[in-house]
Amino acid sequence: MASDSAVASHGTHAHPGYGELRHHFENHEQQKDASTIGMWVFLLTELMFFGGLFLAYFVYRQWYPAAFASASNKTDLWLGAFNTTVLICSSLTMAMAVHAASTGKRILLVGFLIATLLLGGAFLGVKAYEYHDKWVHHEFPGEHFECEGCADEVHSQLFFSLYFGMTGLHASHMIIGFGILLVLIWQAWHGKFTEKWYTPIELFGLYWHFVDIVWIFLFPLLYLIDRSGRSLL
Amino acid sequence: MITATPPVKEKQNYLNAEHGLKSWLLTQDHKRIAILYLIAVSVFFVVGGLMAVLIRLELATPVGDLMDSNTYNKVFTMHGVVMIFFFLIPSIPAILGNFLLPLMIGAKDLAFPRINLLSWYVYMLGGVFGVVVLLSGGVDTGWTFYTPFSTTYSNGYVVMTALAAFINGFSSILTGLNFIVTVHRMRAPGLTWFRLPLFVWAHYATSVIMILGTPVVAVTLFLLMLERGLHIGFFDPAYGGDPVLFQHLFWFYSHPAVYIMILPSMGVISEVISTFSSKKPFGYTFIAFSSVAIAVFGFLVWGHHLFVSSQSAYAGMVFSILSYIVAIPSAIKVFNWSSTMYKGSVRLEAPMVYALGFIGLFTVGGLTGLFLSAMGLDVHLTDTYFVVAHFHYVMVGGAIMGYQAGIHFWWPKMTGRMYPKAAALVASILTFVGFNFTFFPQFLLGYMGMPRRYHVYPPEFQVLNVMSSVGASVLGLGYLIPAIYLIWSLKYGAVAGPNPWGATGLEWQTSSPPPTENFEVTPVVTTEAYDYSALEVTQVG
Repeated sequence: MASDSAVASHGTHAHPGYGELRHHFENHEQQKDASTIGMWVFLLTELMFFGGLFLAYFVYRQWYPAAFASASNKTDLWLGAFNTTVLICSSLTMAMAVHAASTGKRILLVGFLIATLLLGGAFLGVKAYEYHDKWVHHEFPGEHFECEGCADEVHSQLFFSLYFGMTGLHASHMIIGFGILLVLIWQAWHGKFTEKWYTPIELFGLYWHFVDIVWIFLFPLLYLIDRSGRSLL
Repeated sequence: MITATPPVKEKQNYLNAEHGLKSWLLTQDHKRIAILYLIAVSVFFVVGGLMAVLIRLELATPVGDLMDSNTYNKVFTMHGVVMIFFFLIPSIPAILGNFLLPLMIGAKDLAFPRINLLSWYVYMLGGVFGVVVLLSGGVDTGWTFYTPFSTTYSNGYVVMTALAAFINGFSSILTGLNFIVTVHRMRAPGLTWFRLPLFVWAHYATSVIMILGTPVVAVTLFLLMLERGLHIGFFDPAYGGDPVLFQHLFWFYSHPAVYIMILPSMGVISEVISTFSSKKPFGYTFIAFSSVAIAVFGFLVWGHHLFVSSQSAYAGMVFSILSYIVAIPSAIKVFNWSSTMYKGSVRLEAPMVYALGFIGLFTVGGLTGLFLSAMGLDVHLTDTYFVVAHFHYVMVGGAIMGYQAGIHFWWPKMTGRMYPKAAALVASILTFVGFNFTFFPQFLLGYMGMPRRYHVYPPEFQVLNVMSSVGASVLGLGYLIPAIYLIWSLKYGAVAGPNPWGATGLEWQTSSPPPTENFEVTPVVTTEAYDYSALEVTQVG
């Protein structure tokens, strides 16, 4: 816009390869610092956002351990474990993507981003299958809720409320990440990023790892409460 | 072409830099976004104010002659929701903070101008949901949305109201995030942390609360919507949940939210008191750190809202003591402001009168807060008009007086025009008098046992209620008069000049209204804040 072009004539603009310097920053270092701090602050808000749900989980699990243990055995351990692996792998490919960006390898960057996208998609696909399975078995909270063999039906339902609340919120973050990834892939393919400027890739990496870490906590809390000392098959 | 009297070309500033609606709706200039917020927030203030008018009209007589109990429930709920989520929380940060933070730290803009604009659109989206609720019949839960009434029994538009507050919360998160990064990374050369104006410290502390607290109320409202909309239960005992957990989660944000509303006002007061005493604030460091202390301790006192909600008595004792502790940093501020005026050359301009009103009213509000944090006394006072009077002394007497002080102080900077000072003095005094007549009787009513949230009451309470309603009309006048002369001043007010008050901040060193890029040359700061001796030198020179 008008103000941008006005600043361009000031001469602080356009070091080749560093991307656009927005008019209100003094230099590229300040611009990158600001974005990075902003992302960490955003992740802090995300932590508090998920924190409310984790608190609810801990309170109710403390009060109704038996109901939580028996209801948790209704989750599909193998699908959960598979998804955990998939998500950790996607974090790895994301880290590789950041590395590829920092060394200016465009094709490699696009490749790793696509790999991350596919792994994220696989996770969401499995999650959707799990939801469907719970739905047809009446394990979705509400009027038709049933929990065969559960010790305490009311509080088993509470477990499933938390299961759907927590994994649902997590999955919605995955879906948002999925959308951002599509944009980044398109931009990376068109050579928008250079080894001197790849801030969006780096910051998206932080987001993706955060979402991954949330799952690392969700998996044991929702799937593994009562699996010890039993045959896994 | 030569004419007899060449037209004086107005200096380029942020208001005349571009023209047309599009240049406003797509602007990334923090000053223009502040003006967008000013307009939107003012509209919501009028809406919330009209609800207050209805409440005071109904309570003028002991019987329910204006509306039935259902309507009354909806009216006070909308009054609370609109005033808290759409007026008090965004008022000072999003208007004055947005406008002034970059100016005060010598920056060209906030760190993320696009996110700043986005925050306004998010606010407006939340506002649209709020208005839809209002037009389609309202909601009757009170602004606190307590479960299981809100999730199971209420007949109002609970989900849509919660959604409005939820969306609005993201606007506040984005503002807080922007401020934090801006204060960390955008300060002018030489502007160290302890050279920052106290307004900036207050907004930094506010932003910390915004980013840590708001997500928690967001997730709480998310769970509320799931429970009501999809019957995924978390709080209703019928689903195995516990309603008290909702109260904990809700107040974990909503008590700190009180400090989101009051801290920015305190920042304004620090600036105004110092300027109109022409004296460096007494105990700068103490005022700065007391803001941070309020932000930290503010997170540890939410349990004083649950003294009668089956919370354990031991937890209650801890929360009670912590609530007493949070009074200390507030008192530090009040004492330091008073000491600042001591032996200063105090000028009673309108912003100063508002600021003095703030100190008096906030002190009453704060001290009555101590009554309520004493567990034994709170059992008697819970859910009475004493509580209503207490938080209106803090919110209206504190936060809104501070907001008015700030608007009157920086109006010449924002618009380049001065309002008629005599009218402003009259308005500030009317506000103070009207306010006390409105809310002081409510302390007495509450102490005598009149419960809040009822539209009928025993006839012996009528005298005090009439007093309150009459006071409210004076208070309303106190708000109406500034609205008229401030708008009037846009066209007819005297040209203000860059520094009409003899203030020291960087924002006064640029022209009024400031140019789009704020400063022609990035300022270099070599002295501490509030250096009035340096000001005299430059003005003489």
